[in-house]
Amino acid sequence: MAISPEPVAPSRGASSPGRRATLVRYLSIYAALWKNSVTREMGFKSNFLLWILVELLWFGLQLTFMGVLYLHTDTIGDWTQWQVVLLVGTSHFIQQIFQAFFLTNCTQLSELVRTGKLDFLLLLPINTRFIISFRQVDLGGFINAGSAIGVMAYAAHRLHLSPSALQIAGFFVLCGVGVTIHYSLMFLLSSICFWTVRAQGIVWGYYNLFNIARMPDNAFHGFFRAFFSFAVPMLLVSNVPARVLVGKLDSPTPVLVLLLMGAACLAVSEWGWRKSLRQYTSASS
Amino acid sequence: MKKYWHVINIGIQNNLTYRVNFLFRAVFGFVPLLATVYLWRAIYQGKNGGNVADYSLAQMTSYYLLVTVVDAFTVVSEDDWQIAADIKDGNISQFLLKPIDYLSYRLCLYLAGRLIYLAVAAIPLLLFIYCLRAYFVPPGGWLVLAEFLFSVGLTALLQFFMSYTMALLAFWVLEVSTFIFILFAFEYLASGHLFPLDILPPALHRVLDFTPFPYQMYFPVGIYMGRITGSELLQGLFIQASWVLGAYLLARWVWSRGIRKYSAVGG
Repeated sequence: MAISPEPVAPSRGASSPGRRATLVRYLSIYAALWKNSVTREMGFKSNFLLWILVELLWFGLQLTFMGVLYLHTDTIGDWTQWQVVLLVGTSHFIQQIFQAFFLTNCTQLSELVRTGKLDFLLLLPINTRFIISFRQVDLGGFINAGSAIGVMAYAAHRLHLSPSALQIAGFFVLCGVGVTIHYSLMFLLSSICFWTVRAQGIVWGYYNLFNIARMPDNAFHGFFRAFFSFAVPMLLVSNVPARVLVGKLDSPTPVLVLLLMGAACLAVSEWGWRKSLRQYTSASS
Repeated sequence: MKKYWHVINIGIQNNLTYRVNFLFRAVFGFVPLLATVYLWRAIYQGKNGGNVADYSLAQMTSYYLLVTVVDAFTVVSEDDWQIAADIKDGNISQFLLKPIDYLSYRLCLYLAGRLIYLAVAAIPLLLFIYCLRAYFVPPGGWLVLAEFLFSVGLTALLQFFMSYTMALLAFWVLEVSTFIFILFAFEYLASGHLFPLDILPPALHRVLDFTPFPYQMYFPVGIYMGRITGSELLQGLFIQASWVLGAYLLARWVWSRGIRKYSAVGG
């Protein structure tokens, strides 16, 4: 994992008790960050509820779009209507979990750089990437992820699916890989702000790509499909876990590719982050 | 009127600083568009040359390309956030003192922003249309093109007045972004951004026609594609103009109510 403690952390070499102490320390820090986020969210209750409504509306919008398409066709590629509903649900689930943990933190990076507030975070005796990535938790994301699970469950019922425990476990692990991919790419793009200062446009541009993640993979061919599988793996992120759940997987290759792409994205984003941080010159504040 | 020309001028210069941002937005915006076009292509392939609600594949592709064109002409990108921020931070106090009308001022800035966005986005947009030229249907004559452009103008005004009114909610609530996104969701679906409205079941389409939303996108595109003609077109233009007037009056009214509530926080 990229979130390994830096030498600053009070670990006694690589010995296992030292590692455990570090882990406990990071977990307790993360617990404090959680408490902080809950307190903040509860300060604006009506706003909190309204954002959940917004997300629900947009989720409904995506489902309506697919519903309208299926008024005029029975399959897209080899995906039937309820399979696509399950796919849209999966994509929404992954996106919301990503949003809950990482989205605000990623978009705020450019603000930290512009104002020079990053100085304070750099001085903390803790891995800087850890504190930037996990500073805030967006609790609404979990509630929205719950609505996605509800839709998926209904779609599974309509498809008469009875997935095994292994399938369900595999599904959630792969969703986790999907979240990791979104996080890695978004963080990498946010790091561009070390060069351009205003990276928000780029970050929100990436957000556009989420739209692709909920589309059935084999509607696409050629360069487009290759690019969004092996360069920016949007067409793998939710399609592979959905295929696992529906039992549409002919070979284990897509799962392996998704795992590999996840590891690759994480590595590239850690490399990009280290390169970017060297650019940091603080702000004249 | 001279002062408003100055505002447009300033708006243009301000927006020029964000040209790279605009370019990114335009380019990134094409990716989902391209994805939707591919999605439709897969659907048409499954139908072996059949049509979807008498749209051929070329017409369907053109529809989405035209949505992008109309969007580039009319979308309200930052204006509503800025208006809300102006109210929240007390920046509008200065407009209450100066002989300048805030609505006209914002309209000028909006037009300037659209102008620069169009100039920047034209390059990738034309390139994109060129790549898909085999699927791009030309307009059915100069008159149709003129009617289309006229309707796009009305669409721009309607979009602006509606967003302006929405942003004025900042007089009453602290955080307007949720309200803006809720309206945006309805606009996105009911205006025809996601799909042409006439592929919906006819009853649903008729219901939507009673809202201003179709006039924010579907109507001008329908004119261009020759799906709205004759008396239907004239009647439509009249309704569209009425919505523009209605939205304008609503904006003025909400402003006059809001300004009574305004307490110039931090201004």
